[in-house]
Amino acid sequence: MSSLGQRLALLLAGGVLALFLAAPMFALLVTTTAADFWNGLASPLVWPALRLSLITTATSLVLTVLLGTPLAWLLARSSTRLGAAVETVIQLPMVVPPAVAGVALLFTFGRRGVLAGWLYPTGSSVGFTTLAVVLAELLVSAPFFVQAATSAFRQVDRRLLVVAQTMGASPLRVLARIAAPLAMPGLVAGAVMTWARSLGEFGATLMFAGNMQGRTQTLPLAIYTALESNLATAQSLSIVLVGVAFALLLTTRALVHGQATARESPS
Amino acid sequence: MIRAGSLRARLSARVGKLELELELDTGPGTLVIVGPNGAGKTTLLSLLLGVLPVDHGQIAVGDVVLLDSERRLSVPIEQRQLGYVPQDYGLFPHLTVAGNIAFALSCARPRLRPAERKRKLDAVLDELALRSHAGSHPRTLSGGEKQRVALARVICLEPRALLLDEPMAALDVHSRRDVVGSLVGSLASLALPALVVTHDPYEAQVLGHRIAVLEAGRISQCGTWNELVTRPASPFVERFVASLGTAPRSSVHFRSST
Repeated sequence: MSSLGQRLALLLAGGVLALFLAAPMFALLVTTTAADFWNGLASPLVWPALRLSLITTATSLVLTVLLGTPLAWLLARSSTRLGAAVETVIQLPMVVPPAVAGVALLFTFGRRGVLAGWLYPTGSSVGFTTLAVVLAELLVSAPFFVQAATSAFRQVDRRLLVVAQTMGASPLRVLARIAAPLAMPGLVAGAVMTWARSLGEFGATLMFAGNMQGRTQTLPLAIYTALESNLATAQSLSIVLVGVAFALLLTTRALVHGQATARESPS
Repeated sequence: MIRAGSLRARLSARVGKLELELELDTGPGTLVIVGPNGAGKTTLLSLLLGVLPVDHGQIAVGDVVLLDSERRLSVPIEQRQLGYVPQDYGLFPHLTVAGNIAFALSCARPRLRPAERKRKLDAVLDELALRSHAGSHPRTLSGGEKQRVALARVICLEPRALLLDEPMAALDVHSRRDVVGSLVGSLASLALPALVVTHDPYEAQVLGHRIAVLEAGRISQCGTWNELVTRPASPFVERFVASLGTAPRSSVHFRSST
């Protein structure tokens, strides 16, 4: 094949995929009008789902940052095999299908789960409650934060931590005043990814928490429900989520870019 | 047998492929550690600081024991009170000059009243001529200024001894001489036992009351510059002292093959 032909072939192959990836996002937008968009959002499905999504994702995000930051810090500083093993195991929820994560949660926290006898002596269970939504979001999204935070902490110059220690700084002080500020762009990028993931959580929530309006029906589940009755609502909600996702993506990219340039400039 | 107020260590440790086995005593002044790359100079500092574990040995400053493997005593790194300045000075890039110094102050003296803390901060800023840089971030400073910030931080800690790793390595050739001069002044006025790691014979000669030569984890010779010149104990020492005579002083940058 001629050199021109080869270049055209590469362009064709790459272009097909790029078009395929971009087209659905545009299709969502071009097949609606402003009036239809607002009408779609007027559905009674929208408000409770939006409210529930905001509350549950905010809760799971706070839990992720509060518990995930110490975990990431320990993993970043650990050089033991145990640390490496823990790091691998806790990445698993990122890779398993969300539906599997939901079933696994049922077998852990459900009415017949392994912890049931200990957690629910009276017989009721966390399954199919708002708390179950939070747990599902936490399980599938927290690993994103832990992974990003661990790698951000690893990039902090170890000598700075040693210097702070020789000054007498306690471990918590080293983390809060030196390591966390220096890792901040990575921590925020991880939190943004985590929030995006939990906002989109569908499979694990459906399995473990169900689809009950006002209690467990988050935005993605509301889209699923709307798809059967009111296509315009499904489309409007989808556009809202694409918009949010796009904003989050731009934020993450700006943060990662900012961190890269900060590292290149002389300190 | 041991003078009060000196940093003394007798230790053996295995770090990766390197085996260190040595004894040193800074005396009341500055002991310079020289040696080829990979001889264990920076590793030695990590062992003294408590960053890396020592297999056997003792470390003490004056009558304060920091490590005694026989008594299973090892003071944690946060409580050794050793003033450490790493290569490139280790300034916290997210804090201003004043913020860097204030961090050290708040670590060393957590119960200081705010007014008293401010007074100490101002005093040390003036002492090291850093007042006009108080609000600057480290990346905007010259090498010599960074070194002064690092010293200011260390002074606030009121340390038992100083450990400086390659204090001139981050400086350009032209400013090196001035900075060495001001460092000699600072070390003299602090009057603390100090250990300075360098690979530069000029710095060794100017800074060190005595010089210890570390080769492959062991000290092959320890003495004054003149003793090293007149009775070099190894081919490395011979080349090391000779390189000062042959190169222009301010640009000596000694690297040796092991």
